[in-house]
Amino acid sequence: MKKILNAGLLCLLVINLIGCNTNNSTKTTAEKYQCPMHCEGDKTYDQSGKCGVCKMDLQLLAMNTKEEGEISELSIYNLPSKWTNQNNEEIQLKALKGDVLVMVMIYTSCQTACPRLVADMRGIEEQIPADKKEKVTLVFVSIDPETDTPQRLKEFAKENQMDSEKWVFLRGSEADTREFSAVLAVNYKKISPMDFSHSNIISVFDQEGELAYQQEGLGVNNKETVSKIIELVN
Amino acid sequence: MGPFLKVAFTLFGIITASSIFAQAEQMVTVKGGTYIPLYGVDSTAVTVDEFTMDVYPVTNKEYLEFVQEYPEWKKSKVKRLFADGNYLVNWESDESFGTQLAEDAAVTNISWFAAKKYCECQGKRLPTVDEWEYAAMADKNSPDARKKESYNQLILDWYEAPKTFNNSIGSTFKNYWGIYDLHGLVWEWTMDFNSVLISGESRKDVDKDSNLFCGSAAVGASDLMNYAAFMRYAFRGSLKANYAIRNLGFRCVQTKGPNNNNLTY
Repeated sequence: MKKILNAGLLCLLVINLIGCNTNNSTKTTAEKYQCPMHCEGDKTYDQSGKCGVCKMDLQLLAMNTKEEGEISELSIYNLPSKWTNQNNEEIQLKALKGDVLVMVMIYTSCQTACPRLVADMRGIEEQIPADKKEKVTLVFVSIDPETDTPQRLKEFAKENQMDSEKWVFLRGSEADTREFSAVLAVNYKKISPMDFSHSNIISVFDQEGELAYQQEGLGVNNKETVSKIIELVN
Repeated sequence: MGPFLKVAFTLFGIITASSIFAQAEQMVTVKGGTYIPLYGVDSTAVTVDEFTMDVYPVTNKEYLEFVQEYPEWKKSKVKRLFADGNYLVNWESDESFGTQLAEDAAVTNISWFAAKKYCECQGKRLPTVDEWEYAAMADKNSPDARKKESYNQLILDWYEAPKTFNNSIGSTFKNYWGIYDLHGLVWEWTMDFNSVLISGESRKDVDKDSNLFCGSAAVGASDLMNYAAFMRYAFRGSLKANYAIRNLGFRCVQTKGPNNNNLTY
């Protein structure tokens, strides 16, 4: 009996060793193992064991143990900041989870680039097929929270015929806004009481809140942005 | 029993007071004033209100105490959104910076989020670009030494010197305000580092990207001769908030009252 067990274990070990050289990471289980020396790059294993190259014990990767409902490492939903929308409701970014997000940072009193960014956002929205529209939320975040009160944002939404659930306008504290811009790699600076310089970047986030794509510039071809959105929705 | 207790209490009092004093002693006041920054709004002077600044950059030892208290900022625990894979990369483990790094060297491989959190947990915050530049334009004897050749040469010499990040804090000069190491050891994070409006790809042959940035022409260099400062702004412009870089550390500042004008982003 013992012999059979031993032989069985040996077999398993052999299978494991062979398995070491094939890619096991296609299966998705909660636990992942990786060689501590990264002999095979970022390759991961579903079971503990030894590295096929350096024979060191594989290490359990803590960061890959993602439970259902948990927020992933790179998700913007890790940000604790609180925001107010155009309907004067307090929301956390988490409330937007589940939809594909298209985000841009603007300020409503901007005369130059922002109207074009708004047009770009509208252009993107128009190209999303009708049956997918409800899975996409388009978000404007104000970089001028002082001027852009919820009332002001509401007016802006109406002026631009964007006063529906699909369009979200957010304002937060100056510190939270600066933090959020840091996440989006959007740079901005107040250059006079009324005006800001800012980067023209439209960002696409997946359902988990991870940055999936960024479009830089004004009036650029948004074909790739749109195809990325459609790809994510599917 | 009575006198013994008294002595004990007095001793305890002295120890507590001195440790608090030691903490406060590590910051000095920088008097407010106006200056023309390299990158400003049409070369207009910027007014900086009075603030206090850490005398030294935050060290490995101090940062270790921080991660012990806030384990979510340990090397293996930090979320990738807040710090990239180079976060504390040269630390031996979660609880040790190892033997290669000096305990009184500035902590580096720190992301903006981590630096910001550290300062917040001390009841402080990161300096703004203007606060940092304002404090850092002083040399030993004057609050604004930017016109002095020796001052600029010193900074440029440092930019050329390798591996200064592992030198002890306080090993460079004490400036007019009593602050050490603003130049000479590591580069430092600022709160609004991303207010620099030159494109991320600063190696392009233009210093502004009018398509990417709205109004970038209004934010140009006021004194291109100030090469050292130009390097700093270009460096800041190339950073992202989760970057952790080997020669980039930080220090904190404090201002009195919430209405300080320095924070109008």
